[in-house]
Amino acid sequence: MGPIDRTPHDLSDWEILTDAISTAIGRKGIRTTDEHRRAREDMDPALYPQLSYYERWVVGNEAILCEKGYLTHEEVDRKVAELEARWGEP
Amino acid sequence: MSSGAGRFKPGDRVHVRFAEPPGHIRTPYYIRGKTGVVERYYGDFPNPEELAYGKDGLPRRPLYLVGFQQRDVWQDYPAAGDKVYVDLYEHWLEPA
Repeated sequence: MGPIDRTPHDLSDWEILTDAISTAIGRKGIRTTDEHRRAREDMDPALYPQLSYYERWVVGNEAILCEKGYLTHEEVDRKVAELEARWGEP
Repeated sequence: MSSGAGRFKPGDRVHVRFAEPPGHIRTPYYIRGKTGVVERYYGDFPNPEELAYGKDGLPRRPLYLVGFQQRDVWQDYPAAGDKVYVDLYEHWLEPA
């Protein structure tokens, strides 16, 4: 695994937003903290190590919101394509 | 949050069940099958193994802080006396 980088770093805007969305869907009673954790654990094991901390939260949030019928993966993919067409790929 | 007396008291020696059930499990893998001492009874809480799948997690389960000698947990651990403390639900524990 190698050494751990312990250098403090600033959070990006999208990371702060991800935290805010995660808190909001918890406070609204859409999912519990345990469901949040479970959704990340259910991720494809090949994908998990490739993602950063908050990228895993994004994937977990999408899984939970789709599982509970608030969103569909098609809607998310369509929106991502729309944003990429407008702003370019990240 | 305490709503009852747990089966174990501070000072009781407890053995963590070794099991590999599927699903969301809060009992760390490294502590399964190990023996430690109850430090504190926190109270009763909804079962996270069920909360993780949208269930109500009831009935509440007693939750404990359990201390383990690091030497009992990790092979060749260098410092005698070091301990690791883990929050564990009663259904993972049996008397030791």
